[in-house]
Amino acid sequence: MKIADALEIVSQTNPGMVRSHNEDSIAQELACGLVVLADGMGGYNAGEVASGIAVSVLATEVCQRLQDASPTDRDAASGEELGVVLLRDSIQRANASIFHAAQSQAQYAGMGTTIVAGLFYDNRVVVGHVGDSRMYRLRGETLETITRDHSLLQEQIDGGMISVEDARVSKNKNLVTRAVGIDAEVVPEIHVHDALVGDIYLLCSDGLNDMVEDEDIQSALYAMQGNLPLAAEQLIQMANDNGGRDNVSVILVKVNGEFAVPHGWLAKLSHWFKK
Amino acid sequence: MTAKLILSMDGVVLKEYPLSKERMTIGRKAHNDIVIDNLAVSGEHAAIITILHDSFLEDLDSTNGLEVNGVPTKKHFLQNNDLIEIGKYKLKYVNEQGGQVNPADFEKTMVLRAPAKPAAPGAEKGDATAGAGVIKIQAAPGAKPAALEETGKFDAQQLNPPVAPAAQPAVPAPQAAVVQILTGPNAGKELELVKNLTTLGKPGVQVAVLTRRPHGYFITHVEGASHPLVNGTSLGDQPHRLNDHDVIELAGVKMEFYFKG
Repeated sequence: MKIADALEIVSQTNPGMVRSHNEDSIAQELACGLVVLADGMGGYNAGEVASGIAVSVLATEVCQRLQDASPTDRDAASGEELGVVLLRDSIQRANASIFHAAQSQAQYAGMGTTIVAGLFYDNRVVVGHVGDSRMYRLRGETLETITRDHSLLQEQIDGGMISVEDARVSKNKNLVTRAVGIDAEVVPEIHVHDALVGDIYLLCSDGLNDMVEDEDIQSALYAMQGNLPLAAEQLIQMANDNGGRDNVSVILVKVNGEFAVPHGWLAKLSHWFKK
Repeated sequence: MTAKLILSMDGVVLKEYPLSKERMTIGRKAHNDIVIDNLAVSGEHAAIITILHDSFLEDLDSTNGLEVNGVPTKKHFLQNNDLIEIGKYKLKYVNEQGGQVNPADFEKTMVLRAPAKPAAPGAEKGDATAGAGVIKIQAAPGAKPAALEETGKFDAQQLNPPVAPAAQPAVPAPQAAVVQILTGPNAGKELELVKNLTTLGKPGVQVAVLTRRPHGYFITHVEGASHPLVNGTSLGDQPHRLNDHDVIELAGVKMEFYFKG
């Protein structure tokens, strides 16, 4: 099945109940199987600028490259799959763009952004992230976080300093340990997961998971899996009903069919003819 | 605003100690930051580790132990107004950060950077050993433990009243409500709407949800061939607010919604 037929993608972004403007940016490119969500930070409108740059760099870079290459191709230098290399490189390129803009224009000094991106191909999803924007996966009835926040709190949880329950009342929220555009270099965390038919992937900014318990996210996604636009609306509504203290953005990707890349010489030949 | 400990005995305040260092020790011996000269107190009795706005109490294998709010404890994440008891001495933990800081300030996302250049991918902290990130911060030589990059998300919201800490939204729950099934094999059964979202039907087939929101209960059609009826009228795709004693009909089963108590 072609990727555009196999996946259903919906997204929504909302400034929340307290903030006057929205510093989140989102993009969905169904044809190349890419979804990106970024949560910007910085004074005035610099946060929007940073998240906007990140999202557009990823969408352009990844989709352009995939026009004449397959994400399953091996990268000559590293031996890694192109899909993996592409996601990592484009996050690093977004980092460079934001960093340079911040260096060259005073009003953008210090701006940065989190990012979480998913590239779907060949019955898998490559997940790249920096900071505390998350990807969740609903498989069957189980909701799991498949990214791990780059935040002080997560480090404390990992180190056994603080329990997950205590972390909810911590006063050290909103401290990220990695961000895109803050330094000349960034190390994105990249993982590959198998994608099964029926899976629902949720990308969100912390405006969702800080305001809504995982349990409520699970019940909304599970109950509304047959109506993705309603599910997106429900998630945002729950965040806002609980106070909506931050911008809240969600992207939902549902796997409706298999999307294996055809292998073998015949497939390659027919792909070559299609060009 | 720095958190502090207030030392008292028999209701008499003896001294206040601001938690100005990352690690402060409590004990009988003179080299401790908080010295309690009493034989019931061990030489090094306990330590308080403060990381930005959070403080943790740890018993240093003391002979007589310690209690927090009346409960014997080895390790504890301190919350405002916690009472630490060591023998006859009491230490009250005061941290008014959340209440006094304005919400805009409290909300800002900041980047916490290690002072050194980002490490090689191999040394990524995800794979690092327990607490590596934190220890790294503590062990950082010189000046500030870690550069705290404020990339302010300042909004013009500073006049807003302080809000509750995240994930503990001070949203009033609406009045308790129940759905009672009126027809079919389950007639008479009651379903208390204790969750924010209650599913009626089966995902993939026919689903409607009842959502509990601050200003009331709503029913929404999610999927399936037939839309639910409320008091005989078919619902569209929009959420519908439920009133006391509304009759819902879903896939031939009638049920009544009503408020409890």
